[in-house]
Amino acid sequence: MRIFSFFLVGIAFGIIMTKSEVISWFRIHEMFRFESFHMYGIIGTAVVIGAILIYAMKKIPIKTLDGQVITYTPMKLNITRHLLAGSIFGLGWAITGCCPGPMFVLVGNGFLFALVILFGAVLGTFAYGVVKDKLPH
Amino acid sequence: MEITLLQSSGFLGFLSQPWHWAVSGAAIALILFLMNWMGRSFGVSMAFKSMCTIAGAGKRFEFFNFNVKDEYWRLAFVGGAVVGGFITSQFLASPDPVAISGSTIAHLKDWNMEYYLTTDEGNGLFNTFWFNFKNVWGIFLALLGGFLVGFGARYGDGCTSGHAISGLANLQLPSLLAVIGFFIGGLLMTWGIFPLIFG
Repeated sequence: MRIFSFFLVGIAFGIIMTKSEVISWFRIHEMFRFESFHMYGIIGTAVVIGAILIYAMKKIPIKTLDGQVITYTPMKLNITRHLLAGSIFGLGWAITGCCPGPMFVLVGNGFLFALVILFGAVLGTFAYGVVKDKLPH
Repeated sequence: MEITLLQSSGFLGFLSQPWHWAVSGAAIALILFLMNWMGRSFGVSMAFKSMCTIAGAGKRFEFFNFNVKDEYWRLAFVGGAVVGGFITSQFLASPDPVAISGSTIAHLKDWNMEYYLTTDEGNGLFNTFWFNFKNVWGIFLALLGGFLVGFGARYGDGCTSGHAISGLANLQLPSLLAVIGFFIGGLLMTWGIFPLIFG
């Protein structure tokens, strides 16, 4: 079944997130203190290789399983929105030491406390949905 | 010692050692490729929105009123991420704590945080020093931090996977701005607010 293949990719993602130590609060803290290259190396490598792969997929083109050429729907550029939203996210990222993916991966690693962070993130998402019309977009 | 030797032999042992950042980065790029090839984008934070909708938020708020069935694939993905974390903790765990830099360890000591004491639980993968159920302050920080992550991710329409990896790999300017924002917020917290609380 199709959905099962996403489950499998998710398993690979969980393993990679753990082994890369991206889920570690200490790695994120170290990154924001510029005391290690580890996180910058990971994100940099992923972006460079990812950009090459995506460029190749469009150029060759490698079609998706649905038989389509891959497309990326660009977001409308709003400088205030993306900087402001990013900064809010960054404040939370520095506190919790994990972005959304690692929250799930940490729970799997047996750190049930990460459910508290996850619950906070769902609340934050809900709050956005409630007040979104009042924010600059 | 013998156990360490046993673990370092064979394929599982090979995978169990800490991964070099270049290996990790390439592996993440592979996930991005797989998700694109399977006709979906790489992004995690939308799962929170689906959870709100499943909890019934769509009845009162238009933003959450969408067909969750279209997002089942992503929920399967994050479910897999939980399982992947479990598999790693059971079969692929590194014997040694996360090797963070000496200067970070020294700085944490200034905050009365003995790094190697915290690694007794979690091997440095989780800040159990703050984040444990006995620490009310830690619960507050976790809820607040999680809230900001969830709010910011939806407001900016993406998190680290969607903007920093997927968006940047697609050379998107809004994603670059979001990532700059991630660092404005993160640096402000780490260098401006944390020292006021712990310094």
